[in-house]
Amino acid sequence: MNFPLIVQYGLSGITVGSIYAIVAVGFNIIYSTTGIINFAQGEFLIIGAMTAISLYQILPLWLAIALAVIVTTILGGLIEVVFIRPARDASVLRLIVITIGLSILIREAMLHIWDEKVHFLPYFTGTATSTITVFGAHFSPQVLWVLGVSAVIVGGLTIFFRFTLLGRAMRACADDRMAACLCGINDRWMVTLSFMLSAGIGALAGCVISPVTQTQYDMGAPLAIKGFTVAILGGLGNSMAAVVAGLLLGLLEAFVVSQFASAYKEAVAIVVLLLVLVIRPTGLFVRREIGALRAA
Amino acid sequence: MMRLRRYWPVAASALAVIVLQAALSLTGATYYMTQITMSAYYALVVIGLCLLMGYAGQASLGHAGFFAIGGYTVAYMTTVNLLAYHDTGLIRALHWLGLVVQWRNLYGAEVLSFSPWPAFLAALVLTGLIAFLIGLPVIRLKGHYLAMATLGFGLIVYRVVLGTKGLGQADGLSNVPPFHLIPGLEVNGRSSFRIENYYIAWVTVLVAMVLAINLVNSRVGRALRSIHQSEEAAHSLGVNTYRYKLAVFVLSALFAAVGGALMTHYNGSIGPSEATVMKSVRYVAIVAVGGMANLWGAMLAAVLLNFLSLRGVFGTYDDAVFGAILILIMLFAPQGLLRVPKWHAVAALGRASSRALHKVVRGRTTYGGRPHG
Repeated sequence: MNFPLIVQYGLSGITVGSIYAIVAVGFNIIYSTTGIINFAQGEFLIIGAMTAISLYQILPLWLAIALAVIVTTILGGLIEVVFIRPARDASVLRLIVITIGLSILIREAMLHIWDEKVHFLPYFTGTATSTITVFGAHFSPQVLWVLGVSAVIVGGLTIFFRFTLLGRAMRACADDRMAACLCGINDRWMVTLSFMLSAGIGALAGCVISPVTQTQYDMGAPLAIKGFTVAILGGLGNSMAAVVAGLLLGLLEAFVVSQFASAYKEAVAIVVLLLVLVIRPTGLFVRREIGALRAA
Repeated sequence: MMRLRRYWPVAASALAVIVLQAALSLTGATYYMTQITMSAYYALVVIGLCLLMGYAGQASLGHAGFFAIGGYTVAYMTTVNLLAYHDTGLIRALHWLGLVVQWRNLYGAEVLSFSPWPAFLAALVLTGLIAFLIGLPVIRLKGHYLAMATLGFGLIVYRVVLGTKGLGQADGLSNVPPFHLIPGLEVNGRSSFRIENYYIAWVTVLVAMVLAINLVNSRVGRALRSIHQSEEAAHSLGVNTYRYKLAVFVLSALFAAVGGALMTHYNGSIGPSEATVMKSVRYVAIVAVGGMANLWGAMLAAVLLNFLSLRGVFGTYDDAVFGAILILIMLFAPQGLLRVPKWHAVAALGRASSRALHKVVRGRTTYGGRPHG
């Protein structure tokens, strides 16, 4: 494999990987405030992209995307209030099953609202054929949009969680719910907020990736599996590590595709998931003892 | 006396099965029996999953994978053509043992392939082995991790059957011959065999129910329930939790494989749609409707819901119905639709006490407990 080809595969790996990272960050936000894994996380990306595609018929692109993100954010909050909050005291098994049911319902609703066809947003700058050439590798300007938006999402979240009162309140809730309540933090709204936040960033990620990978009603579940793999690889709840893990998985997939049949691409993430779960369920970046304490 | 009381529903079900057959035959609606038979085979998967999820408390989102492994194994072995190798020593030996048969398929071509019985046994051995090897590492995982790992296993099975040429890819395998269980009794989907197969399926289901009931009420069953309540407590009382969980995982996979193998002979074919994650989720939904730790509830829900689904009652909302069922049951009736008040009170008491114990031991609350309590 020559150098330009390596750059080519590397770039496509990083592009997809950054989307996996955003899905994983979405998982982490909800996991750290509630302790549950939201199996419907992948559906948020598809809802966002589909809504933007419909709105784009009548509105300019930027407004369509902004509205789609807002709609999905509100939907995320509604889902929490209607379906998750009443089952607050339920066992983990019950909550998992509820989010699985949600992912099916959302997917089927999308099938009936839109259709089973493949849709896509237009390229944000240029057209499907415009390319940028770096080191002999050609790529679409949309790749820059994907990487830029992912960086802004991760950076924005870091600032939000570290420096704003609301972000700190959410972190306090994740850390120790009882203590946070004693400090006057409304823990229930923090949980709702975490669903809204992860729905919102999911919708935005779904929009920027739509011109490249296109959007179909049933693409949420594979995205969720990959996002979960990344979240586990980085260690559940650790968003910065999730970014690194996302890029790793994206690169791994890209190079597997370059060497083997593309039919194996889907299996890569699952094999990685099973291996990590069995060998190191606390993630790659956590020291073993700390991981054991956290898992307990 | 207690022992006999446990089995009266078996006798009642057997009677109901006979009455239903008579009623269908009298009204001339025997075509319903085809879907009832198929629903009964799906019920086998659900009974196994009920043991795993309801009694041992371990979620599996990959049981369609085991059903598919069972079905695809018998389909492959009974349709693969070994005619080109018929002169080799191995095939001759198999022939002499009666393990392979020569027959004519639908297109009139000569086929030399394995007989159904060895194929059936091979399907059980293969499924048991795969379940054991997968379960060995995976069953140590808990909660989300176990759910995701079994989901991953299910997805891999789906990808494999969809991507392998020898397994027919998207078309699946067809032309599977009937299964002669004993002379004069065969698993066969033709309409002249309808009543016979209705009874074959139901006898299989009732035998599975008796096995499951015996298991649940034995030492093993009590161990499993103790694992469900509190794995740490069970472990500290000397229950080898890992071994019990692994055993019930393999057993439930075998139930699914039996269902898959018999259904494949009955339909004469199997396709990748049997291995989808949605099928696995369906089985979970059905166990939930039945009330998780309720074998009779699970069996009834399996037959009823699959029958309605196979008749096309839900139309294009088929998957959505099962998704909605999952959410509604988990939100409003986590003990299932068939409520047994006595059992209820005991379960509630157990949960309340374990919750209180948790709070005392851990000194902090998690999402699983009441934040303000």
